[in-house]
Formats: sequence, structure tokens, C-alpha cells
Amino acid sequence: MTPVITSDHLTIRFGSFNAVNDVSFAIGKGEVFGFLGPNGSGKTTIIKALCGLLSPTEGGGEILGMDIRKDAAEIKRHVGYMSQKFGLYEDLTVAENIDFYAGVYGIKGSKAEQRKDEVLALTGIEHYMKRRAGQLSGGWKQRLALACAIIHSPEVVFLDEPTAGIDPVARRALWDLIFRLSGQGVTFFVTTHYMDEAERCGRVGYIYLSKLVALGTVAELQRLPEANPEGTMRIQIDTPDPSSMLETVRKMRGVREATIFGRSIHALVDANQIDSLKSQLPDAKVKTIAPSLEDVFVTLTYRIMETAA
Amino acid sequence: MSTALTGPVVSRPFDRKEPLGFSALNHFQGLVPVCRKEFLHIVRDSGTLFFALLIPMLQLFLFGFAVDTNVRQIPTVVFDESQTQESRQLLESFANSDVFQLKSYAQTKEQMYEAVRAGKARVGIRIPYDYARHLQDGSTATVLVLVDGSDSTVAGQAVSTSTGVTLRESLARVLPSGKMPIEVRPSVLYNPATRSANFFVPGLIAILLQVMTILLIALSLVRERERGTLEQLTMTPVAPLGLMVGKMIPYGVLAFLELCAILVVMRVVFVVPIHGSVIVLLAMSLPFLLTVLGLGLVISTKARTQAEAFQLSMGTILPSVFLSGYIFLIDNMPPIFQAISRMIPTTYYIQILRGIILRGAGMSDLWPQAAILTVMGCAAILLAARQFVQHKTI
Repeated sequence: MTPVITSDHLTIRFGSFNAVNDVSFAIGKGEVFGFLGPNGSGKTTIIKALCGLLSPTEGGGEILGMDIRKDAAEIKRHVGYMSQKFGLYEDLTVAENIDFYAGVYGIKGSKAEQRKDEVLALTGIEHYMKRRAGQLSGGWKQRLALACAIIHSPEVVFLDEPTAGIDPVARRALWDLIFRLSGQGVTFFVTTHYMDEAERCGRVGYIYLSKLVALGTVAELQRLPEANPEGTMRIQIDTPDPSSMLETVRKMRGVREATIFGRSIHALVDANQIDSLKSQLPDAKVKTIAPSLEDVFVTLTYRIMETAA
Repeated sequence: MSTALTGPVVSRPFDRKEPLGFSALNHFQGLVPVCRKEFLHIVRDSGTLFFALLIPMLQLFLFGFAVDTNVRQIPTVVFDESQTQESRQLLESFANSDVFQLKSYAQTKEQMYEAVRAGKARVGIRIPYDYARHLQDGSTATVLVLVDGSDSTVAGQAVSTSTGVTLRESLARVLPSGKMPIEVRPSVLYNPATRSANFFVPGLIAILLQVMTILLIALSLVRERERGTLEQLTMTPVAPLGLMVGKMIPYGVLAFLELCAILVVMRVVFVVPIHGSVIVLLAMSLPFLLTVLGLGLVISTKARTQAEAFQLSMGTILPSVFLSGYIFLIDNMPPIFQAISRMIPTTYYIQILRGIILRGAGMSDLWPQAAILTVMGCAAILLAARQFVQHKTI
């Protein structure tokens, strides 16, 4: 299958600062690709480069077979983009916002009307047509932003932290929408900070310090050798008072990482120390678990920080 | 290739196979929707609209009435030591000139100086005790005219008028018939009453239009930058020129309406006659609007916040007030400032305004100014569009 989005050793430098460092990946049609990483790790820069807004210092990429260096103008016609800021005009009504973006994409006349009806039906925002965008709640603003971002029927949609500051119900509604569109063949590239959102994605990339450090399905990432170093195991410690136990556990021999997860402690420990650990925690129930996505990213991050230091 | 990418529900507003087409129209992609949207912003934000139109009008009234460079009724202190018929006759001539207002009488020299120093009088006239005697025996009588030089316009007027008054008195005494051999009859063309309003209000139009236009358009673009809608627009096929020109049209229309209103006030309230054609005046205002709109766009590409845009817009006021010929004659400036004034768009627009309104000049006299403004305006817009493209990549 021909990939829809390709990043080929993409490198972007601003002066001496390496914003994106040798990032390569390929995303297929209809895929929902999750992109994670701390703030400032280069997520938005990669999106801008793939949309042709930034020229790569080295490497390159393709969207729908178009070169991001040369075909920026044409790429924009086939790509939708929605940022955390939504890009809505708050003093214009819902309908006026949609009309404006339709006009900007050069959609005219009956096609514009037809397309407007489609996105309105899709996002369910038709009841608010005459409402000013500024008066909508966060969730409805987000739906309107999505309606504007897909007004031109893009084959590829970039969502840059689309759910930051949105309530859980609205978040779920957005994800339902994303999957409906992806079922129709639209490819999504979604950046997020939320692990549960990342786990919904077909494949996930994790970028840290401008480098893509992990890429794969959630199951693949959970099996990554870097996330499960040899001779270690992940355990869940159920104890009546996890918060007061955490420091004790962290200081025990053989404990590499420990964090509170709900009402228990998750820890990465040396396998050969497991018996001595259990004996030090007589009141606790200890069982082996698979790493969560968060565990994977935290372990990866620590490893990189160690090698850097 | 991925021609069949979309699913059944998603309709396709255009075909990918469509030729790209590099026609000139592509450079203005998005112009119409941006223009329409900007009109909506203006209509919705009635507060901004109100102040944008009202404040220049208020300023027109304020400055139009306040500015009067004709020096009349200068407060004058008199120290008449002579106290004779001759001295009173001289003082009467001073008073009749309309330039001096004999306000107070000093009893000593010190009192006279004190009055000038304290600012109670700007001119002191001292007639010595031997004034009448000198006149009678044919020798030269001296009169001291003390002038406060802190305001150069007033001082200049006081010196020249006092010289004129005394010269006239002297001649009248020397000539037996009392008749002047030569009498100058100055004929002031175009502004016969030398009314200040006729001179200053047309210039004020340029300044007011400039401030209002630059500020409105610069704020409108910077607001989009602050709110993140500009980032969104850069992801769409909107061309920089489409965005720029799309924003210029609504604010240009607004500025044009304001110009019409100002001209009506000028004609009706300040009774400044328009000697030339109003149509030509309006038509030749368009190049100036083009330039200030372009200038506002350049500012908006430099400014990150609305506060910065405001500061930069305000920064354009002083040069256009002091170096454009609005107040000070350009011919009197040092060459370097003359060069600077030639780079200020307001200079040319003030020439157009005064030319048409005061002298009845027409297109054939003022086309060079209009041409220069047009070139400046286009250059500013292209510069702004360029800056905008470069900004996106940072």
C-alpha cells in the first residue's frame, strides 16, 4: 500500500537548535496515527513541515505523493488542520465561520452548500448555526473547528492537541467522529498528551528531544525491549496506603522506577530481587503486569536522559 | 498515486487532477472570503467602529478650532516715561495694528521686565522721557521694544509689526504732505483672509486619516495572530496577497467614508471652500489610502501583540506632523530632513489636499504626487506580503 504521509529522515534546524532530528515514518490510508511527546519536543514543527509551511533542513517527506518541499500550495488543498487554539472567529456565527473556510478553500455555490450540510450533519452542530462561535462551549467550539478543518474534504487531517481542555464527553464524541471519518478513508495524524487517547490510535509515535524514539502499535510498544529491560519485571503492589509506601518502595534494592497508579504502586524491578522485595512488603499483594503505554514512555524517557547524562 | 482516496460519504469539491494553474488570480486566493469576513468583523464590533469614526471627528473639531497661527492681540506692557501727546500717539498706532494689546502699564523699568518674565506680557514697550523732545528738535528718538523670544512665531510677528508701526510714524513726520510715496497693496491669493483653518484643516485630514487607517488595519491582522486564526489561515490555500488585499478593502471603504464626513465638516463647520473638484480630491485620496493601508500591514507583520502594533502606529504620527509640511515649511528644513520628508507619504497627500482645496489645482498639477503615493502603496503591500510569508516559516 502506498503510504499517505511519509516523513523521510526529516530534519529541521532553527539556527543551532535541532527542532526535528532525523524523523522517519510512514502512515497508510485511513490510519489514525497518534503522536506523543512533551511540549517543545517538535510535534507541531513536524506537522508544519508536512503541510509545507516549513522547509526541512535535511530529509523530506510526501503527502499523497506530493513533495512537501515543492508542492506546498497543492498539499494545503488536500490537508485539514485543527490546532488547540481552534482558529475560529469568535464574533462570527457558526455558519459564517464555516462559510468563510469554505470560501478560503475556493468551494463555491451549490458545492459549498452541499459540503456545509455534510459537515454540519457530521458534527451535529446544525442547531447552533446562528450562534456566535465565542458563545459555544469548549466541546462545541472544537466540533465547529473540526467542521471548518474538513470543509474541503481533505484526505489527510492533522489534529494538534485537539482535546486539550475539553471535557471527557466532548473528547469521546470527537474520537467517535475521527473514527467515522477514518472509516471513510481519511487519514488522521493526532498529537496528544493523553495516554488513553494514544491507546485508541492504531499506531503511536513517541518523540522526545526532537527524535522519534518509539513507533508502533500499542501492543508492539508494550513489548519493546527498551521498555522492558532484560532482567526486569513490572509489578503491581496493592497496599492499603500506597502514597506513604511509595518512598519506601523507591528506596528498596532492585527498584528502578515506581509510581502510584490508582490505589496501587506500579514498579519496574530487577527480576532477581523480586523475592526479597516481596519479603519486605508482607502486607502487600504483588503481581506481575504488562507495562502501560505511560510506563513505556516514562521508561524510554529515563533511558534517554541517562544516556544523555 | 492516491486518486481514489476518499470514501463514499465525503464529496469532493474539486478534482485533484485539476491543473494547478499559476494565473495571477492564484496570488489573490481567498480575497473575497477574507474581505466579506472583515466587513462582518467591522459591523459586529460596533464599539471599535464608533470610536474609529468618532475620534478623528472629535480631533478635527478640537484641532481645527485650536490651531490659529495668525498672531493677534499680543499682551503688551507699556512703560511710558515720556507721558506726552507724541508718546500717546505712538502707543495708539501700536494698539491699532491689532497685533498688540496694551494690557498693563508699568511704573518702573523693573516692573516692565518682571511682567515679561512672569509671562503676563510678551512684549514690553518703553518710551523714554526725552522722546517728544527728540522728535521736536529733529534728532533720533529711541523706543525700546522688548520681545519675549520663547515663542518664535509671536516674537517674529512682534518685531516686524513694531518696526512697521514706527517706520510709518517716522515717515509721516518726515514727509511734508504726510503722504506715502509707495504703498504696498499685498494681494493674498487662494486664502485671502489668511485664515489658519484654511491652511491647517486640509493638512489635518491627512493626519487623521493616516492614524485611523494604520491603526485599524494593523490591529485587525495582529488580533488574528494573537487569537491563532492566522496560524489556521496559513494552513489554508489563502495567498498572502489575497489576505492582505482582502483586509485592505473593508478598512479602505471605512477610511473613505470618514474622509467624506471630514470634508463635509470642513466645508460646513470650518467654512473652508474647496476651490478644486471634489471628485478629483476623492479620487486622488485613493493612492494615499492605499499607502497608509499598506503601511499598517507592514506594521502588523512586525508586531507580535496588539500593544506593539499600537505603539508602532503611534510612532508614525510625529514624523508626519512635523516633517510633512503640515506645520513647518519643507523648504526651510536642512537638506537631510527635506530628504526624509520626501519619504513620508503624508507629505504628498498634504500637497494634494492643499493644492485642490486651496488653490483649485487639478489632476494635471498633482499627478506626480498621486503617482509617488501609488508606487509607495504597492511597495508597502508587496513588502508586507513578503514579510508575511517569511514570518510563517519561523
